[in-house]
Amino acid sequence: MSKRIEVNDLNVYYSSFLAVEGVSLTIEPRTVTAFIGPSGCGKSTFLRTLNRMHEVIPGARVEGEVLIDGNNLYGAGVDPVLVRRQVGMVFQRPNPFPTMSIGDNVLAGAKLNNKRMSKSEGDDLIEKSLRGANLWNEVKDRLHMPGSGLSGGQQQRLCIARAIAVNPEIILMDEPCSALDPISTLAIEDLIEEMKQEFTIVIVTHNMQQASRVSDRTAFFNIAGTGKPGKLIEYDDTTTMFSNPSVQATEDYVSGRFG
Amino acid sequence: MTTTVAAPAITAKERPGDRVFSTLTVVASSLILAVLAAVAIFLVAQSMPAFVAESDDFKGDATNFWSYVGPLVFGTVWSAALAMIFAVPLAIGVALFITHFAPRRIAQGLGYVVDLLAAVPSVVFGLWGIGVLAPALQPYYANLTEWFGWFPLFAGPVSGTGRTILTVAIVLAVMVLPIITAISREVFLQTPRLHEEAALALGATRWEMIRMAVLPFGRPGVISGAMLGLGRALGETMAVAMVLSPATIISFALVQSQNPTTIAANIALNFPEAHDVGVNILIATGLILFVITLGVNSIARYIVGRRKAFSGAN
Repeated sequence: MSKRIEVNDLNVYYSSFLAVEGVSLTIEPRTVTAFIGPSGCGKSTFLRTLNRMHEVIPGARVEGEVLIDGNNLYGAGVDPVLVRRQVGMVFQRPNPFPTMSIGDNVLAGAKLNNKRMSKSEGDDLIEKSLRGANLWNEVKDRLHMPGSGLSGGQQQRLCIARAIAVNPEIILMDEPCSALDPISTLAIEDLIEEMKQEFTIVIVTHNMQQASRVSDRTAFFNIAGTGKPGKLIEYDDTTTMFSNPSVQATEDYVSGRFG
Repeated sequence: MTTTVAAPAITAKERPGDRVFSTLTVVASSLILAVLAAVAIFLVAQSMPAFVAESDDFKGDATNFWSYVGPLVFGTVWSAALAMIFAVPLAIGVALFITHFAPRRIAQGLGYVVDLLAAVPSVVFGLWGIGVLAPALQPYYANLTEWFGWFPLFAGPVSGTGRTILTVAIVLAVMVLPIITAISREVFLQTPRLHEEAALALGATRWEMIRMAVLPFGRPGVISGAMLGLGRALGETMAVAMVLSPATIISFALVQSQNPTTIAANIALNFPEAHDVGVNILIATGLILFVITLGVNSIARYIVGRRKAFSGAN
């Protein structure tokens, strides 16, 4: 159910501007990997290249390769649509579809693959996904109500339920808690811990405590100055990164001396 | 509420700017109501004699007002409905192309061209319909009746001039296209990027993303646009009066030479010669048109308002 990600010498460009340079790293299955670093260092951009969502931005392109269980995402003839069904994504701001009910939101992605899903199959998937996102008990009596009526934290968990309903192998989270209050954040962090059993999770966060709480491995990205490309500075076990990093810049950043 | 001792009311300080501005808005909105009331009162007052008119006051073989206005109402609704069938899908298609498919430069150019269509006066559309479109379509109408004459809509005998209700509907569709397109384009552009990305990240293709995020979000706007277009199609006078060869019948046939005419066109054609109670009869048909338009707008409001919680506005 979860797969290894291998990135080899990846460059990301916005038109002619080099945004991220020379990233190589390997993410093991069933782990949580956190990307940390100052704003604008390219960690979100890099995250998006893992499911080709950067292609939504006009002019964005990559060089290098991203292998998921040995298959290059950027190989000839690879359909980005199918990539995104394998590699799900949760965004910075909760974005349930406002025109759909809670139940329909969960099924939105799953129905793309399986158009003739029966009512009972659909109901089962809704329950399973919402339970998987720790939201079932809160919304089971109002599945037909609009998703936009939930609180921010609930909406974000609804988005996670929607992502896991597609049954992806990898889930990317782009600062999933930055718009949430501490209690909701905690709920999501607990959820990440549980989801690790089934999925490979990559999370971008600005919150260093969060990175140290939820992740097994941490990657630190940095930027030499404005207009310079972002680079991967250090990538190691989270405990090592926060206690005994081998690069000075990492230590400065995690100890709060800059950034 | 429990009864409490009334505390001295705290009044906000009134600033002259606020007062001037609020008066202005009140005047402006009352003016709308006053104009609407004036029109309604005029229509009702002037139509009264028509409802009790004798049978020889009516043109043709109508015996009372309702048998006179019946075919006109039918023609009005039927031609406008046909126009909407052509225009709405086309407008949505054009708007989606401009907002989501076309390269930016082409999209801009196309947007201008569509807006330009809205600036063409309806007389010009009428001339075009009678001079170009009708003769051009006539051979196809002949084929239609020949091949599909068994289908009631295309029953013969075919019109020799092409000046049929189908031609009128096409002209009307062209006329209402710009307004529906412009409004649809605006609402499609406002689809939050977050929702589009959410759909794409679930593995939706571009079309699936449009169906999942863009169309549901834009639905109330598209309906409003369509209603504005429908309002124009229902009330359009010149183009219909010029193109159509009218008759006082109720018929769904699209390509015959006998076509139900519309209220507005009928007023325009008959008003110059009308006198005495004839004028009142025409005004009364105008009142009916007013009622139809009001009804259409109310239905649209109801449709848009029904699923307010799901509209995306919250």
